[in-house]
Amino acid sequence: MDATIRKQLEATACKVRMGVIEGVFNAKSGHPGGSLSICDLLTYLYFAKLNVDPKNPKMPERDRLVLSKGHCAPALYSVLAERGFFDKSELKSLRHIGAMLQGHPDMKGTPGVDMSTGSLGQGISAACGMALSGKISNESYKVYAVLGDGEIEEGQVWEAAMFAAHNKLDNLVAVVDNNGLQIDGKITDVCSPMPITDKFEAFGWHVITMNAHDFDDIERAFDEAEKINGKPVAIVQTSTKGKGVSFMENQVGWHGTAPNAEQYEQAMKELNETLKGLEG
Amino acid sequence: MADVIKKATRESYGEALAELSEKYSDLIVLDADLAAATKTGIFKKACPERFFDCGIAEANMMGIAAGIASTGKKVFASSFAMFAAGRAFEIVRNSIGYPHLNVKIGATHAGISVGEDGATHQCNEDIALMRTIPGMTVICPADDVEAKAAVAAALEFNGPVYMRFGRLAVPVFNDKDTYKFELGKGVQLKDGSDVTIIATGLMVNEALIAADMLAADGINARVINIHTIKPLDKEIVCKAARETGVIVTAEEHSVIGGLGSAVADAVTECCPVPVIKVGVNDVFGHSGPAVQLLKEFGLSAENIAEKAKAAVALKK
Repeated sequence: MDATIRKQLEATACKVRMGVIEGVFNAKSGHPGGSLSICDLLTYLYFAKLNVDPKNPKMPERDRLVLSKGHCAPALYSVLAERGFFDKSELKSLRHIGAMLQGHPDMKGTPGVDMSTGSLGQGISAACGMALSGKISNESYKVYAVLGDGEIEEGQVWEAAMFAAHNKLDNLVAVVDNNGLQIDGKITDVCSPMPITDKFEAFGWHVITMNAHDFDDIERAFDEAEKINGKPVAIVQTSTKGKGVSFMENQVGWHGTAPNAEQYEQAMKELNETLKGLEG
Repeated sequence: MADVIKKATRESYGEALAELSEKYSDLIVLDADLAAATKTGIFKKACPERFFDCGIAEANMMGIAAGIASTGKKVFASSFAMFAAGRAFEIVRNSIGYPHLNVKIGATHAGISVGEDGATHQCNEDIALMRTIPGMTVICPADDVEAKAAVAAALEFNGPVYMRFGRLAVPVFNDKDTYKFELGKGVQLKDGSDVTIIATGLMVNEALIAADMLAADGINARVINIHTIKPLDKEIVCKAARETGVIVTAEEHSVIGGLGSAVADAVTECCPVPVIKVGVNDVFGHSGPAVQLLKEFGLSAENIAEKAKAAVALKK
């Protein structure tokens, strides 16, 4: 990847992270940890990959993104705002009464949200339906689904995995965010879904691994995904929960807790310094 | 008199899908390894390229249907009522109901008349489950003519619809040349002033027989067919409450949460009158021939007539 573009993406991802913190802090609730682990992924997709038009969010030929790990809505909202789907000021009313931005994604109320999600395991099925529909009518759009590593403990994910391979949905890419933590602890302690790559391979998917926080590697993974025919693609990204905010990184406690005022200041200070370093 | 023609509404469902496949070139039909039983196999034969078998995975099937609907195509997802409304309930609620996607659910083998398969497959709870989902339309047709017309109407309608069909062949009493299906509208089949029998599905024909039995005893019963349980035709229900003073409901479903509950909900707001429910009385079914089970569980004209007499007695 061109060094200038990489730096721009890194700076954008940092702004997206600031939006996550802004939203969750003002909501006094929400899920910062898993949101921060997918900020680079969503930044890459919305700024370098997806065929979308913020002015025409329902464009029929658009690429679709289904946030199957719907509790990480703050990251999706932040990237959509950054991309111009709606005003960034909306982030401050996340989860408030009367607000556009619901606790979990609502496709009816929020421009750019392609599927209502939140109940884990369901988004991947809807993504398969979108991909199948595209196949039926020979459309060129692609469908991207983002799943949590805890989420794949849901049996429905594997029903969908079977369906996608059986129907050769090579217009579908599912990214599993392997940050290693879920609410009750380490995924390997709770009810281990490991080994993730072997499981998707066994289900007939083409599997790619990727470093979630390295744009060169992200680009490499999606370039490889592009070349796969006849199979759905699973990208398993190794990520850091809470990435970008030092005291949140790899801490299970930050799965679903909002920062207090002091923690908010600290997080924003760190992200501002990162941004200054990237833009300086 | 010619013999009464009997046909299962699941058969009508499959035929209607195939008949409508030309009109709706974007219609997709999904099933979960039950195409031969739900009769979506008839559509599959007519349009194999638009039929997708999701395997024994109803939860995923409902999500697939949601995804297809989000791209603008029309889609039916089919399974037995037990699995469509029961197993996949939460997916229907969150992936179809909450985003109000244009998915039609064709649920067959509803109620006790599943017969020999027994309690695990006799779904007496689906109407209750589906009517709690905001924005969900719930339809339970009474015969072949109504079932076919209902499928056509559901395809014209934009929004999620749950459709309930039966396994057992039941009498065709509607005239296909004159029948007109109006979503959300109850149908008064017989006027009467002493009691109103409000029925749905295969109990509508039993209600008509019950009315004849009651007439022989000097009781003039009104009979109303409610094919659309949600949204309920409150006007026809409240009018019946006001004019006949007592109501008997009849459904092949639990007395908890189904048509009887919907009717009771309505009359308590507009004109509180006694509502006696004929239905499955909060018990599981068991194996046996469908016709015998219907009798055993009181889903019969005789029981409706008996309850109607009890209802009339309450007025004195």
